[in-house]
Amino acid sequence: MIYREAGQFKTSYEADAAIFPIRQDRIGIAVILVLAYLVMPFVATPYIFTAILTPFLILSLAAIGLNILTGYCGQLSLGTAAFMAIGAFASYNFMLRVPGMPILVAFALSGGISALVGMVFGLPSLRIRGFYLAVTTLAAQFFIVWCLAKIGWFSNYSSSGVITAQEVTILGYEFVSPESRYLLVLVIVSLLALAAKNLVRSNTGRSWMAVRDMDVAAEVIGIRLMPAKLTAFAISSFYCGVAGALYAYLYLGTVEPEAYNLDLSFRILFMIIIGGVGSILGSFLGSAFITLLPVFLSLVVAFLETTVHLPLSKAITSNLELMAFGALIIFFLIVEPHGLARLWQIAKEKLRLWPFPY
Amino acid sequence: MSFFLEVLIGGLLSGVMYSLVALGFVLIYKASGVLNFAQGGMVFFAALTYVGLLEFDLSPWLAIPITLVVMVILGLLTERIVLRPLVNQPQITLFMATIGLAFFVEGLAQMMWGANVRALDLGLQDEPIAWVSDHLNMMISKFDLTAAGVAALLVTGLALFFSRTRIGRALRAVADDHQAALAVGIPLQQIWGIVWGVAGFLALVAGLLWGARNGVQFALTFVALKALPVLILGGFESVPGAIVGGLIIGATEKLAEVYFGPLVGGGIEGWFPYMLALVFLLVRPEGIFGEKIIRRI
Repeated sequence: MIYREAGQFKTSYEADAAIFPIRQDRIGIAVILVLAYLVMPFVATPYIFTAILTPFLILSLAAIGLNILTGYCGQLSLGTAAFMAIGAFASYNFMLRVPGMPILVAFALSGGISALVGMVFGLPSLRIRGFYLAVTTLAAQFFIVWCLAKIGWFSNYSSSGVITAQEVTILGYEFVSPESRYLLVLVIVSLLALAAKNLVRSNTGRSWMAVRDMDVAAEVIGIRLMPAKLTAFAISSFYCGVAGALYAYLYLGTVEPEAYNLDLSFRILFMIIIGGVGSILGSFLGSAFITLLPVFLSLVVAFLETTVHLPLSKAITSNLELMAFGALIIFFLIVEPHGLARLWQIAKEKLRLWPFPY
Repeated sequence: MSFFLEVLIGGLLSGVMYSLVALGFVLIYKASGVLNFAQGGMVFFAALTYVGLLEFDLSPWLAIPITLVVMVILGLLTERIVLRPLVNQPQITLFMATIGLAFFVEGLAQMMWGANVRALDLGLQDEPIAWVSDHLNMMISKFDLTAAGVAALLVTGLALFFSRTRIGRALRAVADDHQAALAVGIPLQQIWGIVWGVAGFLALVAGLLWGARNGVQFALTFVALKALPVLILGGFESVPGAIVGGLIIGATEKLAEVYFGPLVGGGIEGWFPYMLALVFLLVRPEGIFGEKIIRRI
């Protein structure tokens, strides 16, 4: 009953093509946006901003990028972090070498650079499929990070490729405080998420999904594989590049190429698998899950230490966290292989009928 | 010329070591369609367990069987707890599950035995063979040669096992088509159990050899990453592919590092195998020995 859509008639084409056709969804999104924009800045502590909310949003953006490629276009990639690294280092160089470069333009341009490189590494996807492709994307991961570390020009000849992000200033306002950084990230992420949501229900998005479901069949019905796959690689890399730039500028501050290692790629892949492959909402849910899990686990360990007085050494707790992380991922995959987004769908079905069982 | 040959042979021998890890992947991929990322973790686990047991003053002849039992149990448990509930899921889900498993196994190994780097002594010296260095003026490590011998023995054994025994035939049937194999009465779960057990055994051998060579440390898990380009070069489903792929990757990697590496500042071993595999796959997308991909609508 709560989620009943009966009686909501679509009387115009605009209403028919709305992103959220159901009123309850619109209310829900409005509530979330109000919470994120108006309530959070006043409630959250600096720790929550810097340790949870900002990385959560940035990694959501990267997860959206990967989801476009893997979830919508069906091309498995293990090189997400490398494209994030390109975004970060491209922004750094734009800011460093172009005088008076506005930071937002630098972010967008670095996304563009990342998209170009993404297209180059997407070219093999026209011939290679499945796990073979996944392993070749590892080539991107290792090669790009190696390039950034070895070629001094990218990091302005600093030792071992460490860069320190320039100050983020927009129209004279310096984004230094955690709240302001969070809000800037929030604005960028919500705009890009909106764009992604619209993109995947456009002509391009539908052709991606056709390629994902069966590329030969998609080709037969007249979808050109090369543009479809390459746009997916380009747009995915754009999102990852912007996320990487935000990661460096608004979260880490000082960053080396090794920060964008295979572990980060895997973490983002986990996000979309746990959140839900082929779902923008899933990218956010998965990112929240993976960002909160270590925090939660360390809280549990701290709780155990204080209450039960388990004499746990630092090494043991970190290994326990690793094990719990692995075990929880396996558990989630077994219980809900389609991810948290699927759980939300099931919940919606239940709410539609509530309080009746069927 | 002799320097070139020395590098080449050194590369080929280390390539055999890659093949050893790749074999574990191939075995499981063939039988259950899972790209088992946790193989690296299992290699680490095996090496660490062996070294840990030696620290209790066990003789190696006792420690190896015990580790073997532990590894087989680990393999069987993996099949039972992780993969059986995930049967018939998309491959990527299975792959992610094995990454989760890799975290778990690595954490477990370090929690049980500690994370400090240890030496593993198999009684083999990593020194050049005197005869070869005297007569041919080449440095060829005794250890590498023995390791290659062990790998060759294993591969022959596995090839015979696959082609001559009843279980091997059943295994190939399962690899071909799960449902058809089930229909003619092959106990699917028993076969999967065997495969995971054998994968545990392969992890043990790889763990001992790699551990003896590089020391038992967390970096052993990265061996699995080195095995991936070997796999795609050779083809996921092919045992000979794993060997040939390993040899190619080992040889070209060393040659590239020696001749090409200094020009670009070194450290190209990390990505060169992948690039090589990528370029190769552009020509032949299913690897050298992989099954020809036929796509139907």
